[in-house]
Amino acid sequence: MTRYIRYAAVFCALLLASLLVNATRIQVFQARSYDDNAANRRHNIAVYSRPRGDILVGGRPVTGSRDTGEQLRYERTYKDGPLYAPVTGFASQEYGTTFLEHAGDEILSGTDPMLTPFPLWNDLTRAQNSGGDVVTTLDRAAQEAAYTGLGGRKGAVAAIEPSTGRILALVSTPSYDPAVLSGNNAAVGRSWSRLNADVDKPMLNRAVRQTYPPGSTFKVVTAAAALDAGVITDLDAPTDSPAPYTLPGTTTSLTNASDGCEDLSLREAFKWSCNTVFAKLGVSVGVGDMTATAQAFGFNDTGLRIPYAAAESTFDTSLDKAQLALSSIGQYNTRATPLQMAMVAAAVANGGQVRSPYLVERTTTDDGDTVATAGSRPVRQAMHPSTAVRLKELMEQVVTEGTGTNAAIPGATVGGKTGTAQHGIGNSGTPYAWFVSWAKGDRDMEAKVAVAVVVEDAEADRGEISGGGDAAPIARAVMEAVLNS
Amino acid sequence: MTNAGTTVAPADAPAPAVRLPRRRGIELALIVLAVLLSVYGYCDVGLAKNGTVPPGAAGYGAGLGVLALLAHCAVRIRAPYADPLLLPIGVLLNGLGLVLIYRLDLETPGARAAPAQLVWSTVGVALFIVIVLALRDHRVLQRYAYVCVAAALVLLTLPIFFPAVNGARIWIRIAGFSIQPGEFAKVLLAVFFAAYLAANRNALAYAGRRIWRLQLPTGRVLGPIVAIWLISVGVLILERDLGTSLLFFGLFVVLLYVATGRTGWIAVGLLLASLGAVAVGWLEPHVHSRVEDWLHPFASIEAGQGPNQLAQSLFSFAAGGILGTGLGLGHSILIGFAAKSDFILATAGEELGLAGLSAIFLLYGLLVERGYRAGLSLRDPFGRLLAVGLASIVALQVFVIAGGVTGLIPLTGMAMPFLAQGGSSVVTNWAIVALLIRVSDSARSQYDGEAAP
Repeated sequence: MTRYIRYAAVFCALLLASLLVNATRIQVFQARSYDDNAANRRHNIAVYSRPRGDILVGGRPVTGSRDTGEQLRYERTYKDGPLYAPVTGFASQEYGTTFLEHAGDEILSGTDPMLTPFPLWNDLTRAQNSGGDVVTTLDRAAQEAAYTGLGGRKGAVAAIEPSTGRILALVSTPSYDPAVLSGNNAAVGRSWSRLNADVDKPMLNRAVRQTYPPGSTFKVVTAAAALDAGVITDLDAPTDSPAPYTLPGTTTSLTNASDGCEDLSLREAFKWSCNTVFAKLGVSVGVGDMTATAQAFGFNDTGLRIPYAAAESTFDTSLDKAQLALSSIGQYNTRATPLQMAMVAAAVANGGQVRSPYLVERTTTDDGDTVATAGSRPVRQAMHPSTAVRLKELMEQVVTEGTGTNAAIPGATVGGKTGTAQHGIGNSGTPYAWFVSWAKGDRDMEAKVAVAVVVEDAEADRGEISGGGDAAPIARAVMEAVLNS
Repeated sequence: MTNAGTTVAPADAPAPAVRLPRRRGIELALIVLAVLLSVYGYCDVGLAKNGTVPPGAAGYGAGLGVLALLAHCAVRIRAPYADPLLLPIGVLLNGLGLVLIYRLDLETPGARAAPAQLVWSTVGVALFIVIVLALRDHRVLQRYAYVCVAAALVLLTLPIFFPAVNGARIWIRIAGFSIQPGEFAKVLLAVFFAAYLAANRNALAYAGRRIWRLQLPTGRVLGPIVAIWLISVGVLILERDLGTSLLFFGLFVVLLYVATGRTGWIAVGLLLASLGAVAVGWLEPHVHSRVEDWLHPFASIEAGQGPNQLAQSLFSFAAGGILGTGLGLGHSILIGFAAKSDFILATAGEELGLAGLSAIFLLYGLLVERGYRAGLSLRDPFGRLLAVGLASIVALQVFVIAGGVTGLIPLTGMAMPFLAQGGSSVVTNWAIVALLIRVSDSARSQYDGEAAP
């Protein structure tokens, strides 16, 4: 019997060995795949187990965290949620993260390895980093001015610092409070459904994620192309342009909002925003040069990140002459985000250089130690510096004596361009009111701010809602806020 | 059983020629270590969860310590030659189980299980002391073999008359207490199998017809044992408790093999087991779903229904990694239902890691090994079979449930010995350890300096 007992003992030893081998398989070799399984809640529990880092505007947080005592412990809170929603996005336990909450998630949630004091330190101590902070480039006063200026209307504002590309204001209305999406209870689900079903699309970031036909504000690009290509050499020489202008190859006749555009010089045509002059100018420049200039300003760029992705602004590259004529006055397939048009104004103010816009100044640990800074951003020459000088002159005249007098600021040089973009089938939609501009304080060395404003539903007939009436005052308020700070 | 002391025939025990060291001091030292480890774990949970030593730490330590010391005194008085490892392993596993249950209680403030488990542990240790003090010689049990089997069958049948709980009819409720009679039946059946096989092993091994290479025993010898086994397994399948059914079958095959040495029995046993497993897995939906879960633990995730218990259990083990998260810092409560009972090992795996889990497996391994060693050193067949049977119960039970929750074999509900929440289980395991203590004491006190036969 002894021998059989020994054999039975060997059998038990085999059972033990198989348990140990299997435990090693699960806990060591397959552990990573189990840990990474989307259905494993541990990652979320860890992420929400400590307060999320904050997003800072002007040195003060616009976000916060609330201890709920639940399994997913800390919930996001927002101060002035609707005001900063296009910047912060939301951080929802149920629906994930968007915008800066998404782009900065590793820093904010504390999982970024750069937050660790030494490499492998946390692996040894099993410590978890506190969430770091994301410091934005926003100007609090400019942001508030833009939001107040838009009021209850549908629209967007983007403002940047021309010399650096820092984004100073980014507003989209109507907005929403991202705090209603923070948690994971039934009310959050209802808010999610309500926001998604809302016809006004409050969660749409109109400043960077929505493109509009830029209308007459695109004439800045057309003028730059014409000057760079040498189609126009003298701003004051009459252009041989009929009014109305029959689009090449068609019988369609293009008219102007105001009379007296026939054969106007570029200076006067820009001041009074003559469609006929710029349509013909675009055709004279040709598809190749128009496209090159538009792309140098940032059109057709799918890769812009601020750090979250911006929608692509488009300038069609395969056009017949009639389409080119319309494209050159910001219609047909030409579409731009407000941010893109702010970049256009900024390039003019910055000697023809386009600075890639950015929203994050730096990221820090919760103690305020810098983790990463924005660093130098790529520069692109959109036009010749001398062209920029001449365009500045043209834009200044729009504000001093043309369609954009509503944007004038005492004690500052302001250049601007109005736009009234038609859209919809047969141009039946309420036109979009545009204004793009830049401003330089009289004591400043360089322009401090470039801004683009679009108002979607300016409820008035077409003549009165030209960009100068609805959009220019908002741009002025934003520029004043920046110049005064 | 209580008058066992008077019925022992002293003439049976030859005067030991060589006195082995008693090793009671080692046992005491190990018990102190086991109690300290448990108290340390208890404090660690409190520190991790609340930043303070839990208020009941001193009381918990004192309670466990007093229980362990009383058990130790009983062993000193009546089983001075007993194996010094058995009792400390029992104390450590029971203490650790209480720590894990207390730790999980913190996640479910509405349903505390640790106080009841402490009461049951006390009952278990009391039974241990009673057995050690009252049962002077294990051979007494041989006389009660048929009483044991009758009692076992009654216990197995009882739950049929009570409502099913969570799909299994294995509980009876008396005065607010849930009791699992099947747990007690395990020990009684082990006693019966050991007694019956000890008496009939020669007939089983050598009598009967030989067909090809298999030596089949005569029906007269085999009849009763197969009948009883069939009844017990039938009852279990009716009660839908597959784990225990598997355990009984395994115990039966192991003891039959050890008693007769016929590998043919193993072959027949395995064949029957496979046939039964396939048939039950095919026909019984409850079991069929368990097999499906084992083959595809993440099927419910892919179906969009979230992770099932087994997937959560695997997540738990994986989250522990090699060193574990530390007591109180894991999230094994995500397993939900049965986290404190069937799935208690997942908490150990997550919070103590592979290191702690391996240590626990090795503790069980050591317990089983000491049981087998006692079996080897005894000379009476009944004692040998009893020791092997009891140790095998522990081994098989650990394998079935630990293999189930780690995805090695299909999951069948069963209590992890000593660790899991469940009063009947703790009491039964203390009875097993008491019997092993008794057997090992007999083995070592009778040792005459010669190698065991």
